[in-house]
Amino acid sequence: MAETSTSAVPSGTAQKTSDTPLGRDDLARLVARDIAPGSFVNLGIGQPTLVSNYLTEEQNITLHTENGMLGMGPEAKGDEIDPDLINAGKIPVTELPGASYFHHADSFAMMRGGHLDVCVLGAFQVSAKGDLANWHTGAPDAIPAVGGAMDLATGAKDVYVMMTLLSKDGKSKLVPQCTYPVTGVGCVTRVYTDKAVFLITDDGVRVRETFGVTFEELAELMDVPLR
Amino acid sequence: MLEFKDTVAEAVADVQDGSTVMIGGFGNAGQPFELIDALLQSGARDLTVVNNNAGQADEGLALLIKEGRVRKMICSFPRQSDSWHFDAKYRAGEIELELVPQGNLAERIRAAGAGIGGFFTPTGYGTMLAEGKETRFLDGKWQVFETPIHADVALIKALKADGKGNLVYRKTARNFGPIMAAAAKQTIVQVSEVVPVGGLDPENVVTPGIYVNTIVKVG
Repeated sequence: MAETSTSAVPSGTAQKTSDTPLGRDDLARLVARDIAPGSFVNLGIGQPTLVSNYLTEEQNITLHTENGMLGMGPEAKGDEIDPDLINAGKIPVTELPGASYFHHADSFAMMRGGHLDVCVLGAFQVSAKGDLANWHTGAPDAIPAVGGAMDLATGAKDVYVMMTLLSKDGKSKLVPQCTYPVTGVGCVTRVYTDKAVFLITDDGVRVRETFGVTFEELAELMDVPLR
Repeated sequence: MLEFKDTVAEAVADVQDGSTVMIGGFGNAGQPFELIDALLQSGARDLTVVNNNAGQADEGLALLIKEGRVRKMICSFPRQSDSWHFDAKYRAGEIELELVPQGNLAERIRAAGAGIGGFFTPTGYGTMLAEGKETRFLDGKWQVFETPIHADVALIKALKADGKGNLVYRKTARNFGPIMAAAAKQTIVQVSEVVPVGGLDPENVVTPGIYVNTIVKVG
């Protein structure tokens, strides 16, 4: 599943493309720009759904929502709100021309069957080998809930993660090995963070670009070898 | 034999204590609130309920849980901002939880209705939710063996039924309806409208009437 490392860029020469770390919206804009035209895309719930604000008409992207729809439109407002038309986060949405509805087994067959080009998910941790942890903290008093996270992580051709690089206590969330319970093994292909974009390749973690830090400063923050 | 009932109370009258009950819906979309309220009124207890969630706020499935009628939940996403009745029962050790990845939940339900004895799926491989399950390396990836989920009863909400029990749904309220209808021994459907035989375009029927036992019009 890992991206093959075809880039001619030598190790450790990723460019700082922004003088400041990226905010959530700038990051969403960047992810949106990177999605290939004509793709079928699932944006999970929460922060990744911001990506939909920056997809252009020319890109001709079709959004999938796990609860049974292709061709999902923007969030519904006012009179558009229909309790029978919601997204995976149970937020009322709209339908675009050309939309389709289907039952849950079909919806997850689309994921598992490899028909979705990209999904974008949040994460607690990602490992250097692309393991994803985003469903359960493992705390003894936590009530677990998994939803479609494991199906998406396993099924989409490309799994992009959007997260802040550092946790609240300042530790890198891109780690040598996940300490939280995993959602999927070796499934993440790219990690978009406020400080850098990382490509998970067969040759290790490659930094595509950095924001507000140099490659060397970034490497100082992390326990994962970077290229 | 397809039956049309006049009230939701009559529609759920045969649900026995200890039954496994599939309830359609994803959040509130497609949740058959009127049938669930009738099930609550019927007094049925010791139920195993299959749903994507474990109830929202103070209505529908959440009330069944609050009133202690549900012994076990089989679902993918119990914890939500408004799942306080489930949360309380779970923390008190008064409800059992079988947590299933959502696509596995859907496929296990589909398998039951389709007569499949089990299947291998990559979803969940290497995670806590696959612990103790048989695995095989198939088609280039590790896969986990999952078994069907059967039910005694399914409670479903559809938009329209015709006189043959054929169903159409509305938008994302369709969700688990078609697969639950096939997986249960007795499928009870609430609809907004009943049309005569021939009143639905056969090309557009989503759930064929063969899967439906009882229909009640609500609202």
